[in-house]
Amino acid sequence: MTRIKEIIEETGAFDCVECGKCTSLCPVAKRNKNFAPRLIVVKAQEGMEEEIKSDKDIWSCITCEICNDMCPYEVDFSGFIQRMRGEAKESGNLPNCSQAGAVHTMERMTGMGQRQKRLAWITDDLKVKDKGDVFYFTGCVYQLGILYSDRAPELKQVPANVVRILNAAGIEPVVSDKEVCCGHDLLWSGDEESFERLMEQNIKTIKETGAKTVVFACAEGYRTFSLDYKDFFGDLGFEVKHVSEFVLDLVKQGKLQLNDGGSKVTYHDPCRLGRHMGLYEEPRDLIKATGANLIEMASIKEKAICCGVNAFVNCGEVSKKMQVDRMLEAKETGAEAMLTFCPKCLIHYNCLLSSEKKPPELEGLNLKVKEASNFLAEKLKGSGANQIGKG
Amino acid sequence: MTDFQPQIVAFCCNWCSYAGADLAGVSRFQYPPTARIIRIMCSGRLEPQFVLRAFELGADGVLVAGCHPGECHYISGNERAKERVARTKELLDVLGVDSRRLRLEWISASEGIKFAKTMDEFTKQLIELGPSPLKGES
Repeated sequence: MTRIKEIIEETGAFDCVECGKCTSLCPVAKRNKNFAPRLIVVKAQEGMEEEIKSDKDIWSCITCEICNDMCPYEVDFSGFIQRMRGEAKESGNLPNCSQAGAVHTMERMTGMGQRQKRLAWITDDLKVKDKGDVFYFTGCVYQLGILYSDRAPELKQVPANVVRILNAAGIEPVVSDKEVCCGHDLLWSGDEESFERLMEQNIKTIKETGAKTVVFACAEGYRTFSLDYKDFFGDLGFEVKHVSEFVLDLVKQGKLQLNDGGSKVTYHDPCRLGRHMGLYEEPRDLIKATGANLIEMASIKEKAICCGVNAFVNCGEVSKKMQVDRMLEAKETGAEAMLTFCPKCLIHYNCLLSSEKKPPELEGLNLKVKEASNFLAEKLKGSGANQIGKG
Repeated sequence: MTDFQPQIVAFCCNWCSYAGADLAGVSRFQYPPTARIIRIMCSGRLEPQFVLRAFELGADGVLVAGCHPGECHYISGNERAKERVARTKELLDVLGVDSRRLRLEWISASEGIKFAKTMDEFTKQLIELGPSPLKGES
């Protein structure tokens, strides 16, 4: 009882004035008439706790934070949903997880006391260290590349390519096989217990290396460390940086050169990087710094359409509609590739693009969704980066 | 470690391998009682999650058994199983679980002997590998 009151207090849900701006902007509500973020908050205010806990819509929200961004009273709706999911799960209201929950299990399995072979991607040409200033947190991108080898094999190349970029700027990053999953998907699917267990292991691992800066190529890990870990630990004792910020600095300092022949690309803002963290310009500046021709889609930055799935929960009709809408916007730009910094976005879009029965609107779509770090590594001078698609 | 008895979760397809296990039983072939058999309609029903979850819950080994190639009751389900097992093995290695702990076998309904032999071999191999590294300290 009191825990739910606490959630309402702390996320500001009590301040809601029922203006309905959230519902009018919500990408899920637009495509599913039965879903309304406003209604969920109102129910909470009215004290209908049981109803919310058993409400399946608690899992329909994609936590893209368009509502948070636009709410005049700054209600933290995504935070409300995230914490309510823990309550819902406890009372037996479970999400429909993609692949029967394989991703969640895999992530929990990273931290069960065994010695992982997490650095299987390291090749002889890469220079990495055990201790040093810059820690590269690889996250689950390599594992996701294995699990989704049918639709996103290029994810397996991301860690090596990020190290390649850093090496080219004279940086030897620290990587560790003691690193575990950041716990993002577990936190957002109501499993706070596993999240905390993984978080503690990660903080310990990073502290042991003496790193001062931790670099992320993944939007979700970056968000989770920057916001959720800090919520628990306060100051982490190290700086958290996204690869787009970090590499852009290196380019500005003249330590790194990227060269592109002027290929036409567009950029997709992952919700975790954009609306959650406010990183809009750095990824764009970095892509432009390669000399590539960046053409923007119709909805970008705060208004970017989301990939339609969060934490591998409740992928369905609405998700597919959103993905189709995004692909149509990308088609409109005439770009060869849509770049993004989120492995999950890549998996979800490629799920649509690689499906046997494509919606008729997407006939003739000749666009690839690419991981932006892989794209950048291809643009290194004299790069030995693997070509996309040879997963 | 000599008294270590591995726990195996065996996913057997309804049409071939489950019947094969049945035949092994009816024919009184001896094999170690280390496996808990779960019947699935087709080896193609197997999802990586089934294997991962079994290991998370403390299994020492997972056996996937289906019809021989070309003999699948649903035409090509076992080809899917083969691809999924390969993918899951790669993932298990990265997670620090020896991929030899996951085994794929084609066992037809008439191969009671092969079922018993597979169980025997797999159990011996798992005893050699020791308990799963995911099991708690206890």
